[in-house]
Amino acid sequence: MKQNLTLVQRLNAHPDSRCWFVSWSPTGTLLASCGGDKAIRIWGREGDSWICKSVLQDGHQRTVRRVAWSPCGNYLASASFDATTCIWKKKNDEFESLTVLEGHENEVKSVAWAPSGNLLATCSRDKSVWVWEVDEEDEYECVTVVNSHTQDVKNIVWHPTQELLASASYDNNVCIYKEEDDDWECRATLQGHTSTVWSLAFDATGQRLASCSDDRTVKIWKESPLESGDLSWKCVCTLSGYHGRTVYDVAWCRLTGALATACGDDAVRVFKEDETADPKQPVFSLAAQATKAHSQDVNCVAWNPKEAGLLASCSDDGEIAIWRFQEED
Amino acid sequence: MSGGTTLENANPVVFQRSGDRLLTSNEEDEDVHDPIDEREIFDLIRSISDPEHPLSLEELNVVEQVRVKVSDAESIVGIEFTPTIPHCSMATLIGLSIKVKLLRSLPDRFKIDVHITPGTHASEEAVNKQLADKERVAAALENSSLLEVVNQCLTPTRSI
Repeated sequence: MKQNLTLVQRLNAHPDSRCWFVSWSPTGTLLASCGGDKAIRIWGREGDSWICKSVLQDGHQRTVRRVAWSPCGNYLASASFDATTCIWKKKNDEFESLTVLEGHENEVKSVAWAPSGNLLATCSRDKSVWVWEVDEEDEYECVTVVNSHTQDVKNIVWHPTQELLASASYDNNVCIYKEEDDDWECRATLQGHTSTVWSLAFDATGQRLASCSDDRTVKIWKESPLESGDLSWKCVCTLSGYHGRTVYDVAWCRLTGALATACGDDAVRVFKEDETADPKQPVFSLAAQATKAHSQDVNCVAWNPKEAGLLASCSDDGEIAIWRFQEED
Repeated sequence: MSGGTTLENANPVVFQRSGDRLLTSNEEDEDVHDPIDEREIFDLIRSISDPEHPLSLEELNVVEQVRVKVSDAESIVGIEFTPTIPHCSMATLIGLSIKVKLLRSLPDRFKIDVHITPGTHASEEAVNKQLADKERVAAALENSSLLEVVNQCLTPTRSI
């Protein structure tokens, strides 16, 4: 079976700047992008093409590093180098700034909503991870500050179903956190990468976690609970030899199980799991790649949550590219 | 940022500057494509000023043409720079200045790697990692006071 990656559309999303991140809304109908121009743009489909629906400006004083949709799709959170996180509320086609979360000492690098929508996590160059609680009045309260990393925390992601949080850091480690007596604690440290871990992605079940790094590899970690009840994650697979430079992002499609990567060598790659392999020793092989996906580093890849095979990527060249990954007979 | 009024290396050895590039007839011919070469990269960075001395990185032997690697076809540039003393606290700033100069001067397709010459600095690995982290570099360049210091280094002390 032949698999390929075809370009659907290119969008000059953040002209003369860098596009750091793209995120699909939970229904897959909108795509939010952010970048070095301090702006957030919302893209929607009109007919066969994607167009800019709105621009969210004046929320941040510096680069907007990441954006995250709430599970209900009515809120958007944005993390910025200006040390703040903005919460935007969607009203019809417009977004209004609802509140600004302050507290981090410097650049906020990522923000993520828990699957329940009642918790929000942020992380920063100040080495900390903050967990915020959201109430019905749209009030946000910080419930925990965890300092488990010794360097910048690059990204945080929530488990798809449980209240379990994972973080990636410049200290080469991944930490897994769980709530314990109203406090969030690091319950497992995943060591194995030999340089900065840039991003993380859980698979659909949450039993496996993919991490990508400046060491040019992607690692797959599998939960292996200990008898004591403690959390333990073991590296079951390392994808090396495919990426020419830093791997900045990894995305695990919840619909098809395909694993996409964004790399500093300008390429977008898609890996598929060999279903006949031993689940304890999974095997992933390169199914398709776009070697010149962008004219500069690819920073992010994101699978559409509803339309299988639809993939968005963005780059230092300021552009977003939308791809279709398909299997042909 | 600065080490106060005391210079870390008060009496650096000063090296001779290289002469102008000798142009070949091919290089003067507009119809011939000239790939970006080591000398062209070196000419971009040799006049960067040292943060501490009114001298260029070339005069302090911090940068040398032999430590410039370039492949125009593969769009790769690699620079090794040599701090004047192994504990130089300016190493990151010097590396950042080299990186910024090349980011501003070269076509966007180039991947630029700036490293410390192996074995010449106490915190070599930490400095290299910081310079390779584009997120940290991007954030640093949004800091106006740091950007001002970098821009000062990129203003030649005298014309070459």
